[in-house]
Amino acid sequence: MRQKDTQFERIAYPVGFGLLVLVLWEIGVHLFNVSPALLPAPSAIGAAIASSAAILWGDWVQTVLKGALNGIWMGSLAGIALALVVDRFVFLKRGLMPVANFFAALPIVGLAPIMVMWFGFDWHSKAAVVAIMVFFPMLVNTLAGLSAADTMQRDLMRTYAAGHVATLMKLRIPAALPFVFTGLKISTTLALIGAIVAEYFGSPIRGMGFRITTEMGRLATDMVWAEIFISALTGTALYGLVALIEKRVTFWHPSHRG
Amino acid sequence: MTFRRSILPILTVVVALVVIWYGAAIKMNSTWTFDQAARAGTSPSLSEVIGDTMQQSRPLLPVPHQVVSELWKTTVEKKITSKRSLVYQGFITLKTTLWGFALGIVIGVGLAAIIVLSRIGRLSLMPWAIISQTIPIVALAPIIVILSNAAGAGTLLVPKAIIAAYLSFFPVMVSMVKGLSSPDHMQLDLLRTYGAGPRAVFWKLRVPASMPYFFASLKVSVAAAFVGAVVGELSTSAIAGLGARMLIGSQFGEPMIMWAALFAAAILAGLLIVTIGGLEQILRRAMGGRPV
Repeated sequence: MRQKDTQFERIAYPVGFGLLVLVLWEIGVHLFNVSPALLPAPSAIGAAIASSAAILWGDWVQTVLKGALNGIWMGSLAGIALALVVDRFVFLKRGLMPVANFFAALPIVGLAPIMVMWFGFDWHSKAAVVAIMVFFPMLVNTLAGLSAADTMQRDLMRTYAAGHVATLMKLRIPAALPFVFTGLKISTTLALIGAIVAEYFGSPIRGMGFRITTEMGRLATDMVWAEIFISALTGTALYGLVALIEKRVTFWHPSHRG
Repeated sequence: MTFRRSILPILTVVVALVVIWYGAAIKMNSTWTFDQAARAGTSPSLSEVIGDTMQQSRPLLPVPHQVVSELWKTTVEKKITSKRSLVYQGFITLKTTLWGFALGIVIGVGLAAIIVLSRIGRLSLMPWAIISQTIPIVALAPIIVILSNAAGAGTLLVPKAIIAAYLSFFPVMVSMVKGLSSPDHMQLDLLRTYGAGPRAVFWKLRVPASMPYFFASLKVSVAAAFVGAVVGELSTSAIAGLGARMLIGSQFGEPMIMWAALFAAAILAGLLIVTIGGLEQILRRAMGGRPV
């Protein structure tokens, strides 16, 4: 009934839609003489990005490289490690799963002011917030993934006389990978939110959250939009990167075959 | 059996967490106790140290019973109209959440309908919907505040609800796209033999078929709306709501206020999820679905 989408259409339509919005935005701003403090035109935002590239780069290093990425690796490694341990004990797993699921639904970002109080203004407190935010989705998804291999496959491993470690390495961890990547995808988004919010509670004089609050106070809205553009680009790129690695690593999964 | 299979393990984990918490609190707060003792020139015994770590007014990490008593003081013992009452503040956050949730449902269902009904809509909107969720909403928050102010919104409720909706529309949209396209060829063909137009196919087949998917998305969506409401309060420098209490606690260096607000938020989130889950069950049964 439906015609199949070509590769060209899959790229052209979203890009076209994005450009259309930008053009309408640009025309709208000029047509209605919107104050640049309220809503700068896309061209003005582009100019702001070009003229303050050095500042934006410094903010990006502080927030993304130091805050978010450090938090992601700490939080995900801790989540995966705890999942591997808990997975050995059925009792613990039954107890931890609902608790972790509940924590994953909480606004953990509210811990940001407490982390700033504990770890100071620099990137350490941001990484701590991100690590805690990332920890629960990673734990829950890895635990769910570890029970993804079905009984038949486990029985097969047992007929091979494979022990716990061999079954884990050869069957259950590979089977869990799609879930782990789902957790990582959720994490990339959460990480940027956490790193930026934590900067609202105190930061050195660089960082994307710091820049957004100070430039907003000066009504330099084009600079705020420049940071939004960079953060949007970063969020999408991180997500895309995880998706790309997922495609490479879990090429055998039905969702990536043909 | 349910007790031994689910309640007992959960209780064990919760008790273990509380014990770890006490341990961590004693360890972290003891630094201050020792500092004070060194300044006074005394050397406190172990029991004195432990006793002191549990009753500091500005502890690094308050012990659980301190948080509970602070919660009790700010909910039961305060008048609900008082600005210091967490019931009052929680109510404001709840209002934001529900507005954002409602807005999120409308946007999510609307986008899903466009995506399912129109090929161009699906090709151009779907990627942007995914991209929208990878953009950190907090960066957009100040812009949403000034734009909605310029558009004539008098209160902070509008931008906060928009932020909550921004996070909560996505689960609804994804589920509804799945649900609206769940009727298979056989069912679509049957409707065509009845001579049903696209409108009838949508209302009589697609919409009823999507209902289980819709209900399934609500719990995720309300949790997202709540996170959005708190994030909104944190990033718009709100003066009311649980997020605002956290801000105030941070600015005045009052950790107890932050912790109480944090726990109030956790309790409220739990209540919301349970309520929506119950509502989902009732509605599903009322519409003839099998109880799960």
